[in-house]
Amino acid sequence: MSEKTANMKVVEGSYAVAHAVMCCRPDVISAYPITPQTHIVENLSQMVANGELDSEFLTVDSEFSALSVLVGSSACGARSYSSTTSQGLALMYEVLYNVSGMRLPVVMNVANRALGAPLNIWNDQQDSVGARDVGWLQIYVEDVQEAVDATLQAYKIAEDDGIRTPIMVCMDGFILTHVYEPVELLDKEKAREFLPDYQPADILDPAHPKTFGAFADPSTYTEFRYQQFEAQLKALEKIELVAREFEETFGRYYGGLIDSYHALDAEVVIVTMGSVIGTIKDAIDAMRAEGKKVGLVKVRSYRPFPVQALRNALKDAGVIAVVEKDVAIGGEAGLVTDLKAAFYNSNIRTPIIGFTAGLGGRDITVKDIRKIVDKALAARKGIESEFEFLNLRTEIL
Amino acid sequence: MEKSLLAPGHRACAGCAMPTTIRLVLDAAGPNTIVVSPTSCLEVTTTPFPESAWCVPWIHSLFENAAAVASGVEVMQKRRGLDTNVVIIGGDGSTFDIGMGSNSGMFERGHKILYVCYDNEAYMNTGVQRSGSTPFCAHTTTTPSGSQSQGNPRPKKDMPAIALAHKVPYVATASVAYPVDLRRKVKKALQVNGPSYIQVNAPCITGWTFEAGTMIELARLAVETSLWPLLEYENGELTGVKKVRRPKSVQEYLKRQGRFKHLFKKAECADMLGRIQALADENIAKYQLVD
Repeated sequence: MSEKTANMKVVEGSYAVAHAVMCCRPDVISAYPITPQTHIVENLSQMVANGELDSEFLTVDSEFSALSVLVGSSACGARSYSSTTSQGLALMYEVLYNVSGMRLPVVMNVANRALGAPLNIWNDQQDSVGARDVGWLQIYVEDVQEAVDATLQAYKIAEDDGIRTPIMVCMDGFILTHVYEPVELLDKEKAREFLPDYQPADILDPAHPKTFGAFADPSTYTEFRYQQFEAQLKALEKIELVAREFEETFGRYYGGLIDSYHALDAEVVIVTMGSVIGTIKDAIDAMRAEGKKVGLVKVRSYRPFPVQALRNALKDAGVIAVVEKDVAIGGEAGLVTDLKAAFYNSNIRTPIIGFTAGLGGRDITVKDIRKIVDKALAARKGIESEFEFLNLRTEIL
Repeated sequence: MEKSLLAPGHRACAGCAMPTTIRLVLDAAGPNTIVVSPTSCLEVTTTPFPESAWCVPWIHSLFENAAAVASGVEVMQKRRGLDTNVVIIGGDGSTFDIGMGSNSGMFERGHKILYVCYDNEAYMNTGVQRSGSTPFCAHTTTTPSGSQSQGNPRPKKDMPAIALAHKVPYVATASVAYPVDLRRKVKKALQVNGPSYIQVNAPCITGWTFEAGTMIELARLAVETSLWPLLEYENGELTGVKKVRRPKSVQEYLKRQGRFKHLFKKAECADMLGRIQALADENIAKYQLVD
């Protein structure tokens, strides 16, 4: 959580993230415009135009090409950056697997937004949660300051030689990209010390010809995937480590894999990701004042999924309510499904109920959180509904 | 002769024009070259992990993004002050069809990249399906000849014209049967400060079905019938045309290929043969192939 300091400036979230990207000194930026990501890349192109940022900025023909450009640049050893959302992320899908499969440490901010049809430009997290299995690491942030800080942390995690895996830093579209709030922008020199230049050993270089992107038959394909799997497990430690290193340098910490708020003695623990955490904390403060034992566990790293950390954090909860801005149509939703899977072979037998909320930009209010807590308390006595759409407008169905 | 930059031992079909084409291109470009390839027979036959036939750095990503990947490679060469040749080598499916958006973006952004399409006129890697490059009346597995069909109902897409519409400063057609011409064009293209496009006729023995050992003869016939004119455009102007002394009948080219054999079996196909001859005649007139 961010504390107010003297160095804070009130800026738009997109500017703050663009400034953080500048402090990461990417060699190549490649992007295609899509709401609500546009302000990030507009700011970056202005920084390049002003000579504040020495990057190659490519304006391309699609999100598909945007990420494909970074396959080429990253394979040449470039620190590479893009940002997208929603339909853009969906259009990138094939390339997402390629970037992770070729172990290219690209960093991308995802300004989370709903997917069509029906067309909707507002925030939810169906886009990146739907891409949970593409081999990228995924960090979800709760406010602009964390988006800034996680962007710098992301390169340090992604470029680690044992990990070499791309990262999506997921921030709620509009809610975080377009909000003006006080942020401490990164200090360029401190950022440089924290994140040295990227100098990978294996690159496309005529002096040392190497083949990238060969095809693998059934005798070797599994091992490629296993190595990615292993790298994600290594990232469990690295994400925590980098978060602590960041704290030492910059004095801010948001949790590594997860964070919690009044969770230790809580009867009801809400588990969620992203900017709704601010609202939930307000609701918890109000309910705590009324003597209700409610707490929160924030999932910061959704990929790798922090199974052990979540077991530890939630083992004493009376009941767990998962609130998420995505839905796995035909199943339940990403976070609740993963959480249940994480607990099945443990001793934890805490009831878990799931809510999909805030789809397509619908607000999640303190009142909604209270409603969820009431439902969770009722579920302690017996689960009536394992998974539901919060505030469904039955009158228009 | 110096050692080729494409090592032997790849797994292409005997009689395939693709490896010969690549060797000619690579040997003209030299070792200071990075090659980007889309998914194709080329990728599958030359890079079965952990082997690779490539003696220059080579990257494959996807079917439809080679031009974007190459753009990322090229900007990094420039950023580092390197004068590395960046060459895309891809088949017609990725060039004419699925990679069109990415190609258009690369051409329009003006990257210094040579795009070589080895054109075998169908999706051969997946089993000879029609592409935008498949010629009129060719039998493919998705445009089969039959009682209601005389093969591919549409003429071949004019990809060089599309490159020219992007004001690509160097655009040429070439043929595996004319190696000196091909090498010269590659070298010339690499001198251009911007994108360049060379489309090379590269017969596929499996998809076209012709007698083994006649691949070069067949490619030469495509030029000699004027179905495949050898052209060169610099800054939008037609500056090079390989003259055809006495154009042969298109039937000499067609009858040697299984993909056109239905045209010689059915009486109603005589009209089709005439229409293909008309395509060759159009080329003769348009490019003044005959003195």
